Amino acid sequence: MTGSAPRLEAWQDPAAAPLVAIKGVSKSFDRQAAVSDVSLAIYPGEFFSLLGASGCGKTTLLRLLAGFERPDQGRLLIAGQDVTELPPYQRPVNMMFQSYALFPHLSVADNVGFGLRQEGLPRRDIRVRVAEMLDMVKLGSFAQRKPDQLSGGQRQRVALARSLIKHPKLLLLDEPLAALDRKLREHTQFELVNIQERVGITFIMVTHDQEEAMTMSTRMAVMNEGRIRQIGTPVEIYEFPANRFVAGFIGAVNQFEGRALAQAGDVLQVYAESAGTELRVHVPQAVVAGSPVVVAVRPEKVRLGREPPPGDNRLQGTVEEIAYLGDVSVYHLRVAGGALIEAQLTNHTRGAAPPLTWGDRAWVGWNADDAFALVE
Amino acid sequence: MNGKRPSLVFSLLAFGYAFLYAPIVSLIVYSFNESRLVTVWAGFSTKWYVSLLHNDQLLGAAWVSLRIAVMNATLAVVLGALAATALVRFGRFRGRPALALMVGAPLVMPDVILGLASLLLFVAMEQLIGWPAGRGMTTITIAHVTFSLAYVAVIVQSRLVRQDPSLEEAAMDLGARPWKVFFVITLPLIAPALAAGWLLAFTLSLDDLVIASFVSGPGASTLPMVVYSSVRLGISPEINALATVLVVLVTSGIAIAGWLLHRREARRQLAE
Repeated sequence: MTGSAPRLEAWQDPAAAPLVAIKGVSKSFDRQAAVSDVSLAIYPGEFFSLLGASGCGKTTLLRLLAGFERPDQGRLLIAGQDVTELPPYQRPVNMMFQSYALFPHLSVADNVGFGLRQEGLPRRDIRVRVAEMLDMVKLGSFAQRKPDQLSGGQRQRVALARSLIKHPKLLLLDEPLAALDRKLREHTQFELVNIQERVGITFIMVTHDQEEAMTMSTRMAVMNEGRIRQIGTPVEIYEFPANRFVAGFIGAVNQFEGRALAQAGDVLQVYAESAGTELRVHVPQAVVAGSPVVVAVRPEKVRLGREPPPGDNRLQGTVEEIAYLGDVSVYHLRVAGGALIEAQLTNHTRGAAPPLTWGDRAWVGWNADDAFALVE
Repeated sequence: MNGKRPSLVFSLLAFGYAFLYAPIVSLIVYSFNESRLVTVWAGFSTKWYVSLLHNDQLLGAAWVSLRIAVMNATLAVVLGALAATALVRFGRFRGRPALALMVGAPLVMPDVILGLASLLLFVAMEQLIGWPAGRGMTTITIAHVTFSLAYVAVIVQSRLVRQDPSLEEAAMDLGARPWKVFFVITLPLIAPALAAGWLLAFTLSLDDLVIASFVSGPGASTLPMVVYSSVRLGISPEINALATVLVVLVTSGIAIAGWLLHRREARRQLAE
């Protein structure tokens, strides 16, 4: 791969046409804004996640795309066609419901074939395509069962097959894995991504589970109070959050409020009272001296030890809490300025005694490049 | 649990059941009485059932009641299901509170008032638009529908409330138009409630004496009306025989309705 230009993703290519264009859409219920002025472009073949806590408007946005709700303002375009006024049964979109919404009085095969029957396809063709679909989700031998004779995981796959059989341009998934237990959920995550790559249909998934969004999506949008707070790839969202909300919502983060002192190149010096010292942080843009800045660093980027570690920032403190999580241990260290700093150590050696214990004096440190500054 | 309590519970239960069902049991027992006197037991006989079969007045009234009950139940199911669908599925619309109140009102309204009100309406309508001409089966059916649709609406409503609304959305999402969704998804799912409602409406209509007495006319006496008037002339064991037949009909109607609802519910719970 040396020498070749980096592959341009669809959303980076100015010539690419979005499959879904949401333009300034707002929707409120009883004067309570559920979605406010959301604009979003999603490109063909993407696995896009809408991530947020419950009540953030992500499900409303999905229902607007499906056609179950009409926006108060704004337009919705799918493949260049304005679908704002179209009812759900005329949109080139299918949805997989959180409750799966399988028709309890129909067999698995009739559930899966329901969409094709609405198109008036001949029975033979429907049978063939239903059989293909059921084979793809590995339920070939369950065609004649009723939904209440299936396990949760099997029902989930029937729902997926039913929503894919019409080959929609866009599939909407409302918390598709929320009803599954943890083990099955991890397995299904990969299966869902594999199926998406095989059928080549664009997926938009709503989820409140950040881990799920991170593992499955090409890109994601973090939502809060009806607004999109950041759109980006999982790496961008995690390593380069645009604001404090996104930084705090995804993963753990240490934050220090402070004021900019001086800037040398792309390294900014910030005085943070809670850290009790000056901190150096990597900032791409120019920051006016004296303006408020939040310095943030993820716990796994923080090095911890009895001796001062190498790095641009070093602080000494007392170990207050230790949490053993199996793969990693989390330490909370109180520093002179009063801040509680979280650091993560990977447990490389089996059964090793913890290097530090409660009340020990210890050092934490990190490089300017590994921290980020939030200027708001 | 100590040893005393089960016997106490049992005797209370026995007393309660005796209180409720002793009169009915004695009525059924005396329908097989040989004697003409209702109060004197003179041996087993089915002769009153035979003579009931030859009583044209009673059988005619039974036929009138049956036809009214079937028409009433059918109309009440259609209207009640529509009212319930509007109340549960159409969200908040203008006039919803009024509709909810009016659909439920006949449940608590005394029969005498319903009967009188219906009579006054029919008389006024006849004077104004000439319909319904006179009173008879039509007016009884209409009056019965007004109160039995309330029962149907309540049954169908409670069924619809527990049904996942995303079932209908999923059907629409897969390309079914709203009417198709209603016939292919909603209707099959509420069918047990509709059947239960139909049977209940049928039974209510078959039982009713008060409302029917107000709105019936010559030549349209229902079975309860004939029974009631013949009792005033002296009780014949034929009435006991007829009452036994009615009790069996009504009980089985209610039992089937209950069973239909229960079976679906049990299946749902088993699935969850």
